[in-house]
Amino acid sequence: MARELRGYFGSPLAYVLIVIFLLLNGFFTFFISGFYELEQADLRDAFFRWHPWLFLVLVPAVAMRLWAEERRQGTMELILTLPITLKEAILGKFLAAWLFITICLCLTFPLVMTVAYLGDPDLGATFCGYVGSILLGGAYLAVGSMTSSITRNQVISFVLAAIICLFLVLAGFPPVTDPLAELVPKWIVDIVAGFSVMTHYQSMQKGVIDFRDLLYYGSLIFFMLFANGVILQARRSS
Amino acid sequence: MIEARQLTKFFGEHKAVDGVSFTVEKGEILGFLGPNAAGKSTTMRMLTGYLPPSAGTAVIGGCDICTDSLGARIKIGYLPENAPVYEDMTVTGFLAFCARIRGLSGSDADKAVERTIGKCFLEGVRRQMVGTLSKGFNQRVCFAQSILHDPEYLILDEPTDGLDPNQKHEVRSMIQEMGRDKAIILSTHILEEVDAVCTRAIIIANGRIEADDTPLGLRARSEKDGSLVARLGVPRDTDPLPGLEGMEGVRKVELLEKDGDRLVVRVFPVKKGEGLAALVVRHIADQGYTLESMTEESGRLDEVFRSITMKQAG
Repeated sequence: MARELRGYFGSPLAYVLIVIFLLLNGFFTFFISGFYELEQADLRDAFFRWHPWLFLVLVPAVAMRLWAEERRQGTMELILTLPITLKEAILGKFLAAWLFITICLCLTFPLVMTVAYLGDPDLGATFCGYVGSILLGGAYLAVGSMTSSITRNQVISFVLAAIICLFLVLAGFPPVTDPLAELVPKWIVDIVAGFSVMTHYQSMQKGVIDFRDLLYYGSLIFFMLFANGVILQARRSS
Repeated sequence: MIEARQLTKFFGEHKAVDGVSFTVEKGEILGFLGPNAAGKSTTMRMLTGYLPPSAGTAVIGGCDICTDSLGARIKIGYLPENAPVYEDMTVTGFLAFCARIRGLSGSDADKAVERTIGKCFLEGVRRQMVGTLSKGFNQRVCFAQSILHDPEYLILDEPTDGLDPNQKHEVRSMIQEMGRDKAIILSTHILEEVDAVCTRAIIIANGRIEADDTPLGLRARSEKDGSLVARLGVPRDTDPLPGLEGMEGVRKVELLEKDGDRLVVRVFPVKKGEGLAALVVRHIADQGYTLESMTEESGRLDEVFRSITMKQAG
């Protein structure tokens, strides 16, 4: 919804988030990963690999106000009595926030230009990487939107969203899954890892847009937003 | 027409609204009266589609709120309790946003916003952030939002809450003017407001409708309505009460004040408007009392309100 988007850019929070996002991105890429030392014109290892962790903090911060703020200000009553359906309201807010995250991501374009200037990167893979990051952001955002509808307190919403997202990441994070594989049969690990954003994120970073990954993100977003709707509906009627 | 049919709402075990039915035609302004937590806001929230009713339904301009909630919401303008607004938007921005959600676009939306800003006296603050406005302006901004699309039906939850007397007067005259061609429901616990603007009033207590009448009709429910208050001078050591009480057409006489040989009495008629005053005057003259003054009292809404709502509580 346009209001949300304008709301973001109207408030200092947006700029703070954008700046933090870009700074952290640069920090991780250049200092932690040692982008220059890699001597590879490739963004995957240096840049995109940090996104699941960066987004863990930033996306819940974007999402936390979506519904919690409406509830706190009492405008929930206003928005839900205007002639729009609950579905439209949820989708509108979600899309606006998603667009905001996409804009944040797009602002990292100098990095791509640098790489393109220094070497000859696989631009197709970079594009895939961006698509993967945007989808990842959408998935986190849907989680955040859902937790935001549970509470009127933005901080609680933020923490809940971060925890759920962390779980989604860790379920497919090799340092977690490897020890796990020694304890339980492999198929259980695979199933658990299948729920993780990590598994689906990494395949996209390799430059492959697989239909299954799209389906995963699509269904995760759908499920979370659906839960969002159910929560709002239930909150209204009790 | 707004028609509520046996609207009922449970919150868990608690029955907040209990089988409320009423109709409001265009040109009517219905006042919703009741103590706090009587179910006024809950009823309004059900009418506007915010809360789904537990049982019963309402039809607004031919749209059932349960089966065609969207259709009903298009026709309604709603001012929620405490006038919530998006604090991080400007007044114009907020109204333009509402206009767009209401399906207005381009010059139509601009016109609607301009018209409403003019109507609600918001010209001076149009570029300000809503969050920085005083409560009175806040209320007006939210009110502006409710009349933006010139709705046929207006539902206002405590529209004058938190306003100063001048602003109250402004809002009331606005409501009255709009009431000519719209159906309006407003809730309040200010009784004078009902007198000032409403053509009909419903008193609601514990979720049930206890009275549905015109303000005049409600007054008439007061025991004191139509009673005569007379100030008399009587000779020492005489008691005029038995004499007055014995008169035909008198139901009861009450002594209000006694100061030596001067008394103030209240005479309750058996039936009001039967020319009791003339009889009382003659009786007083016959007895040789002096009549200093006499007035006919009309009932007071607060008394009626109290007797109806207290009866419920007790």
